[in-house]
Amino acid sequence: MTTNVDGAVLRPCDATDVAAILSGRERALEVRGGGSKRGIGRVVEADVLDLGTLCGVVAYEPAELVLTAQAGTPLATIEGLLAANAQRLAFEPPDLGRLLGTEAAQTIGGVLAANLAGSRRVSAGAARDHFLGFHAVTGRGEPFKAGGKVVKNVTGYDLPKLLAGSWGTLAVLTEVTIRVVPAAELDRTLVIAAATPAAGVTLLAAALGSAHDVSAAGFDPARGSLVRLEGFAASVEARTAALCTELRCAPADIIDGAASRRCWHDLGSIAALVDSAVVWRISVPPAEAPAVLQRLRPERYALDWGGGLILAGYSSVDAAHVRGAVASGHATLIKAPPAERLATPAFQPLLPVAAAAAARLKHAFDPRGILNPGRMD
Amino acid sequence: MICLPIPDATIVARRTAIVRELRGLVAAGNVIEDDTRLAAYETDALTAYRQRPLAVVLPESVAEVAAILAFAHREGVNVVPRGAGTSLSGGAIPAADGIVVALGKFNRILEIDYANRCVVAQCGVTNLAISQAVAGEGFYYAPDPSSQIACTIGGNVAENSGGVHCLKYGLTTNNVLGVELVTPQGEVVRLGGKHLDSGHYDLLGLTVGSEGLIGIVTEVTVRILKRPQTARALLIGFGGVESAGACVAAIIGSGIIPAGMEMMDKPAIHAAEAFVHVGYPLDVEALLIVELDGPAVEVDYLIERVRAIAGGNAAVSVRVSTSERERLAFWAGRKSAFPAVGRLSPDYYCMDGTIPRRELPRVLRAMVEMQARYGLRVANVFHAGDGNLHPLILYDANVPGETDKAEAFGFEILRLCVDVGGVLTGEHGVGLEKRDLMTYQFNDVDLAIQHRVKHAFDPEVRFNPGKVFPTLRRCAEQGREHVHSGAERFAHLPRF
Repeated sequence: MTTNVDGAVLRPCDATDVAAILSGRERALEVRGGGSKRGIGRVVEADVLDLGTLCGVVAYEPAELVLTAQAGTPLATIEGLLAANAQRLAFEPPDLGRLLGTEAAQTIGGVLAANLAGSRRVSAGAARDHFLGFHAVTGRGEPFKAGGKVVKNVTGYDLPKLLAGSWGTLAVLTEVTIRVVPAAELDRTLVIAAATPAAGVTLLAAALGSAHDVSAAGFDPARGSLVRLEGFAASVEARTAALCTELRCAPADIIDGAASRRCWHDLGSIAALVDSAVVWRISVPPAEAPAVLQRLRPERYALDWGGGLILAGYSSVDAAHVRGAVASGHATLIKAPPAERLATPAFQPLLPVAAAAAARLKHAFDPRGILNPGRMD
Repeated sequence: MICLPIPDATIVARRTAIVRELRGLVAAGNVIEDDTRLAAYETDALTAYRQRPLAVVLPESVAEVAAILAFAHREGVNVVPRGAGTSLSGGAIPAADGIVVALGKFNRILEIDYANRCVVAQCGVTNLAISQAVAGEGFYYAPDPSSQIACTIGGNVAENSGGVHCLKYGLTTNNVLGVELVTPQGEVVRLGGKHLDSGHYDLLGLTVGSEGLIGIVTEVTVRILKRPQTARALLIGFGGVESAGACVAAIIGSGIIPAGMEMMDKPAIHAAEAFVHVGYPLDVEALLIVELDGPAVEVDYLIERVRAIAGGNAAVSVRVSTSERERLAFWAGRKSAFPAVGRLSPDYYCMDGTIPRRELPRVLRAMVEMQARYGLRVANVFHAGDGNLHPLILYDANVPGETDKAEAFGFEILRLCVDVGGVLTGEHGVGLEKRDLMTYQFNDVDLAIQHRVKHAFDPEVRFNPGKVFPTLRRCAEQGREHVHSGAERFAHLPRF
């Protein structure tokens, strides 16, 4: 085995190494890609399995809309390669580095394991929706694969869905295949004044419920509703006019190109809440957002996904208050001081029947409980 | 020949008592046990296989489903869920020692919620009925499997159904927000809702496409979209499948994701034209239908771009629809390809592999060679945008041995799909049909892990037995040991 042991950090060179490390192992491991999201979830106190060495794009053919990469490949590498071919990841993975106070680079495996998606989630789906297949190693040290390397596949259980959002607690991803899409010719943001979040969300619902292919819809209390139109320039122009007519509104501002992209990058990276010590990411039925927001009473907030995503900032953690305000949906603690992260379930606790199923799945993949123990508890 | 599992004689012997118990759980008339009425449930759309179940039970409420499943769990009775029975992979074929839980009475749309852009429907509502229910407000449900007038949303969830528009709009899994699931133990659990994503493990994502192996979905919440303003289509002929394939790659490479992109080969073109007379060119080797939808400005713009791309890729004919009637005419041939091919031959067998698109010429060439070897003809229709092949193998079930030959031919095509980097099934599911081929795509560890997932929900393996996973069982019909090639390749694989 060519593993380098550097103190308590294990650096496997390939999937075989990962299997060798996990096979028969009793002691827990913190599974880490770039480490950019270590601040999310319960703190794992264990040796580190650093997957940064599993790096490199394995296959990419733009016309097939599919890319395969080793799990530790930096997201920036993949996004750069896609951009050079006028393509992109549809789900727009958010960059939470500044919010969480880290400069660590994201890896594609980490992005998928966290199933985080940015503003385009509402129209294009989350990481899970573009995660086609993988090679991974179970907590028993078994290398296995699931899914495929083509965009349309229903062969066997959809395990990419299960691993997306499992935060490394079920298996260690070693190679992933994702669907990619063409980049838009023009990215445009319409800023539309709205006096209250309720008015803003109503407007966003009308925009998303229109035939004008709105790709993202957010609300910034300082500016009002943000509506994004992307695509071929002629189409964006026509849709801008049609949407404004349909919504009976005149945008306070129209932002194109890089500035528009920055606007949505900031919303995805929760930039407005960077000064909050505690940040929650709360998914609710979009029309319920104004009522939930009233119950939440956050110190700072922003809305995305047409209201379906509430980003709420506080100075301290009160999980009972936050989760009590969410009638249906879920609340994830994205940022909190380490002591509070040990005391609070960062992920929405499951109801009994689902919790039992989740526990059985955890046991099926990782019976000794060595992969990121407690991270999602 | 695919083997149906040998029934457990002790369960079959208790049939009368089981039926009596079921009649205590639902209205007596909702338990079917007489042979005449059971005959309607013997098979699905994989009609080469038939199996009479112990009984069929038609629950009318979630509480009844839960009671039936708790009873089956307690008594060790196998369960096969059934929606409309349109599975092409045998996913709803009964077990001889099991009951069929048929969900036809779950036929109500429970809520239409425009503010949250979703519909909550009972599992037995047809796919098309959802779109029809919201059509008045200009909305629709995007996934459109070809059987959408009959297939149910619950069945769509089980199979993760696709359709011709899934390149742009996704499969069922990308359009479902939530389900109510009754576990094999009879517990009711809600996964998802009207919000996005899961706050913990994505059990919803796991449930979609699980082929009725981990429980019964009784209610589904789907997202709805505003219907695009315009749709127009191009009908493009090519002198060879290579140039058609290159054109598809060029369209996608130029940043265009069409709403639909379908290819037909010469036998399929001729069969369709003879059937519906819509003016398909008969002197071409391959025909592409490219549909673009969206705002009129965008569609008009993209039509011209696709026309130019076609011209640059050796297209020999291009027609652009100028009216809705003409667009539908372009589709009429493609949409009737199966019955049209059915007229050429007493029987046809539809396959469903997916390949990386670049491999299309190689796979089609191999199929030409196979046709000669098997002595059977093939017509090909192809979801060209996403690489999903539907070879239709023509045969005559009345000719002794020909059904087995067609099946062997089909399986060779599917193995080739795997060999070139693709998969066994793009949208029809594994079911009974492709169960024994799973060892070709997955090794024993891959399958053992899938089994463990199954066991996490159904440790006694009572749900939809004999589907998806290879089994090593004596063959029910022939009453002889029947070991499949896959089983020989991985003889040490645990079988259930």
